[in-house]
Amino acid sequence: MNLFQRIGEGLRKTRSQLGDGLSNLLKKPRSPAFYEEIEELLIATDVGPAQASLLVRELKTWEEQQNDPKKDPLVFIEERIASFFPLDPPLWEEKPHISPVTVLFVGVNGVGKTTTVGKMAHYFKARGKSVVLGAADTFRAAAVQQLILWGERLDVPVIRQKEGADPGAVAFDTVKAALARKIDVALIDTAGRLQTKHNLMAELHKIHGLVKRELPDIPFETLIVLDSTLGQNAMSQLEHFQKALPLTGMILTKLDGTSRGGIAVSLARKYRLPVRFVGVGEGNDDLLPFDPVLYARALVRPGTKLD
Amino acid sequence: MFESLTERFDRIFRKITGRGLVGEAQVDETLREMRVALLEADVNIDVVKTFVANIRGRLIGAEIGVGLTGGQTVLKEVFQEVVHILGDQRASLQLSPKPPTLIMMMGLQGSGKTTTAAKLAFHFRQANRRVLLVASDFVRLAAIEQLEVLGNQVGVPVLTPKEGVQRPQDMYQDVRRRWIEGMHEIVIIDTSGRLAIDQEMMEELKNLRDLYKPKEALLVLDAMTGQEAVNVASEFDRQIGVDGVIFTKLDGDARGGAILSIRSVLGKPIKFVGTGEKIDRLEPFYPDRIASRIIGMGDVQTLLEKAQSVVTQDKARQMVSKAASNQITFDDFLDQIRSMRKMGSMDDLISMVPGASTVKAQLDFDRVEGEIKKTEAVILSMTNQERRHPEKLDGSRRRRIAVGAGTTVQHVNQVLKQFDQIRKMMKTALKPNGMRALKSLLPF
Repeated sequence: MNLFQRIGEGLRKTRSQLGDGLSNLLKKPRSPAFYEEIEELLIATDVGPAQASLLVRELKTWEEQQNDPKKDPLVFIEERIASFFPLDPPLWEEKPHISPVTVLFVGVNGVGKTTTVGKMAHYFKARGKSVVLGAADTFRAAAVQQLILWGERLDVPVIRQKEGADPGAVAFDTVKAALARKIDVALIDTAGRLQTKHNLMAELHKIHGLVKRELPDIPFETLIVLDSTLGQNAMSQLEHFQKALPLTGMILTKLDGTSRGGIAVSLARKYRLPVRFVGVGEGNDDLLPFDPVLYARALVRPGTKLD
Repeated sequence: MFESLTERFDRIFRKITGRGLVGEAQVDETLREMRVALLEADVNIDVVKTFVANIRGRLIGAEIGVGLTGGQTVLKEVFQEVVHILGDQRASLQLSPKPPTLIMMMGLQGSGKTTTAAKLAFHFRQANRRVLLVASDFVRLAAIEQLEVLGNQVGVPVLTPKEGVQRPQDMYQDVRRRWIEGMHEIVIIDTSGRLAIDQEMMEELKNLRDLYKPKEALLVLDAMTGQEAVNVASEFDRQIGVDGVIFTKLDGDARGGAILSIRSVLGKPIKFVGTGEKIDRLEPFYPDRIASRIIGMGDVQTLLEKAQSVVTQDKARQMVSKAASNQITFDDFLDQIRSMRKMGSMDDLISMVPGASTVKAQLDFDRVEGEIKKTEAVILSMTNQERRHPEKLDGSRRRRIAVGAGTTVQHVNQVLKQFDQIRKMMKTALKPNGMRALKSLLPF
């Protein structure tokens, strides 16, 4: 399977609702009711009310100005959806020559942070990069152990202290170790925390600040890991985390488990935050680098053959 | 818990309480606003429709009860309807007549199964039951270790798979032997997280259910999920069979939609709710108490139970007699602060007080909690002698305490003054007519 097919497979639940619904609807004659139906369909997949109404307005104008009846409105919708995603490339692509590229993973409990760290380590290793993991989730029972097992599985070093240790110190040690050993990528796991816990959010601010202050010149990504099945609550999570520390991107996990995979669109556009990866399954290779065009196409025109 | 919904309800009620009579137009207006509030909280549309229709049916043409104003009648009906959609009665866990009672935990990845299994074990352990935890999540790395660590924390044995065992169903004989040998009354089986669309994994779960025949197959759901949680629950119920639901992460800003919908849509009760990361933060689900919190009337019952769980009757009586004779010391004060902390966070406790939503908006909990911590530091910097005889605290002692607590002498003075006031207040409160005298001191 190529990347497009795999994204399509991951979006199966969403696409069976949106993709099929859209192509059926677009055959209908245009009327105010038609546009409303399109809008409702988009909202039902969590594309977000603002994006849905914008898309519908744009579609209407486009169709009115369009003289070539052969041009597919689906292609138009697809292009518009793709354009909602900001296009700044991740630092590991933008500055591959500066190392270590450091990535701090944050998010609420149970979204899949540790698993994502493991899978990203696998991703970088497969591309010939050296990786070090930092076990800064010193709170949850056996979280450190979980990361150690990932380290063993991938043959990657894991920087750790004992449970209950200061997560900032672990994060700092990890970057230091990466510098000393000339490692390309440092991936740092943190404890899950609900966005409503002020003191835990402050702790995150501290961890980030500590690394940034001591090592101001390293390329530093902070990625929020969001569970796609959480729907609209993801908004509140993003908002609160963004207040606590500067986020540079997001990772959406469990996309295969929801029919509301449009959430990526509303999050990316509303918060101007690029999506870095999406998780579409449990396998190591099921964490896919995000491509707005392929994503939009898989959502809207899943049957397309790639040229 | 459900702050945004509670605030909305509070605003709606404020418009009508205090009025003598509430006419049909006002009832309809109120219900319309409530409908929007519920939909925004992501409550299932059919549930909202029934909810509104039921209340309307009872209110229109209904007589106003003795001593109640129109507004209060509306409030009462809304409360009852919320209790109703939450399931009316507390549904406790069913215990097998012949032990052990088997409980199987199931749910999506990351919903909180393992943590909840340990919290549940702790719950039964507190009731002096012999509990066994079974770790059978073979999929996620270190899930078995996680349960082992948690079991250790709560003092409950954890059965882990033997060398070479690869599948959860192959543990059955081992589990059985263990519960017979250990005479366990409750056996809690943790399973891997899975999506309802993963046919292979669902098949495995079904087999496990057939094998263990648990008394309670409990579905663990993340309260922040919203309506999707209801879909997930329906799928699990259809494919596996669900006896009850546990909602986790209620301390996140869940809007409440899933919790308010699940009973009506699924027809299965909510048995517990998880309200915090600590091991004792699993509360039995009482529809009336939660309803009371949702409509902004607080939850005095739970507050009292929490207070009773940290302060014994004897201790309370001792305090009263000490207060009456003005013998309260800083040690007692420290005790009070610590008991309160054991009950939960400030934020948590205040939300159980009736009408809390107004107070909450005005309070900065981090600041208040910081203040309390500072006060504690001041007391801890006193010698035992000083704690018993605060009147002996002269300038040089106060300076020493300030340095010890990392604060200023002014702050130490402030703490001493507060302490003095509390002493006086308690003494006054205990006199005949004391409460009235006390009330006159308060601003509201």
